[in-house]
Amino acid sequence: MQQIINFLIRNKNFLLFAFLFFISLVFTIQSHSYHKSKFVNSANFLSGGVYESLSNMQDYFNLKTYNQQLLEENARLRENESKLYSITNSSDSLSIYNTTESQFKYIPARVLENPYSKTDNIITLKAGKRDSIFPEMGVITSQGIVGFIEKTSTKYSTVLSILNTNFKTSAKLRASDHYGTLEWNGQDPNIMTVIDMQEQAHVKIGDTIETSGQSAIFPKGIPIGTIENFELDNSKNFYTLSVRLFNDMTNLGHVYIIKNIDKEEIRTLEENNTNEE
Amino acid sequence: MKNSVLINSVRFLSLVLAQVLIFNNIDFMGYINPYPYMLFILVFPFNANRSLYLILAFLTGLTIDMFGNSGGIHAAACLVVAYFRPIALRLTFGVSYEYNAIKLPNVSFYERLVYISSLVFVHHLVLFSLEVFNISNIIYILKKTLFTGIFTSILCLMFNILFSSRRE
Repeated sequence: MQQIINFLIRNKNFLLFAFLFFISLVFTIQSHSYHKSKFVNSANFLSGGVYESLSNMQDYFNLKTYNQQLLEENARLRENESKLYSITNSSDSLSIYNTTESQFKYIPARVLENPYSKTDNIITLKAGKRDSIFPEMGVITSQGIVGFIEKTSTKYSTVLSILNTNFKTSAKLRASDHYGTLEWNGQDPNIMTVIDMQEQAHVKIGDTIETSGQSAIFPKGIPIGTIENFELDNSKNFYTLSVRLFNDMTNLGHVYIIKNIDKEEIRTLEENNTNEE
Repeated sequence: MKNSVLINSVRFLSLVLAQVLIFNNIDFMGYINPYPYMLFILVFPFNANRSLYLILAFLTGLTIDMFGNSGGIHAAACLVVAYFRPIALRLTFGVSYEYNAIKLPNVSFYERLVYISSLVFVHHLVLFSLEVFNISNIIYILKKTLFTGIFTSILCLMFNILFSSRRE
């Protein structure tokens, strides 16, 4: 017994080192698997507050860009509105837009911190449970997708960016209904890859890739980017596409968080199905 | 003693804030962010209690991790640096550091360079290995370690020379 205690005292520094190193490894492994709830994250009062005061200052320098983005978005929305107006007011078509409420609601939020040089980037937003933001809501800008909510506190939330090697979502060609999986290889913040696209798809350089709407996170038809390059994989059955993003992920000011009103219903349905099997 | 606690607290706060607010956003050539916050661990008093030093290094890394949402990679890297600092000290300054004779402001430029850059590269190697967490990207890890390491070493040396005004 005496010897054990002596041993512990003699090696207390090494044991302390090993213990703390073990803790940090646990945190690291947690951060590489996004299903686990993270203990250390920036959606808290301290780091959220620091980022908020910094972002308050930085926003002034970007006002011009934000205004430009808003103008472009306004123009596009105005165009859509006039199209819808002509559809709903022509006598030979049914008015579908008035009968059903939209399935998706959009909540605006400000970006506080937006890293893009790491392999697993996580964005901090100024919007939290107080603004009815909850995990697994999609985040987009007017130009394209940004990621989905990972963790929320009262006032802040973190977003698993599309520039994160853990990020995966289903994507499709705008021209046809061929699906693939969108992911990031951790290198260039402007380029993402779509894997497992069927070989039958007519892929052309310059084609638009958009979200497929197969997950409950993103609605169908949110633009992602254009095809810059493509090749068949080793099995000659699937294309691997490199996609140049529409969104400039290095310059995000304001984003929209997508609230899917039917999500609970979809989830309970899926759970019931798996329970019955 | 009180003075030393105060100096180290101020140094901790200013280095962490500078790291989080300025150096995390540099993105030189797209992916190079220097990490000069580790100067806190490098210049921490050599004669301090070893266990306290390890815990403080861990907490420093964890603070950076909290801001960067990076899990525990900085905590692990800082801990490794803190644990192996005596070896780096012995290699650079010989055994004389054990008699508390070494004060970083008094050593030559060359010795300072070797001491700082060796620990910076150890830190960055652990950091980026844990960040990428994929052995098949070993070239990417080494490349990032090399370039970021050079950048961080230069910054650490500059800060160290600028702020160590005490002369014999």
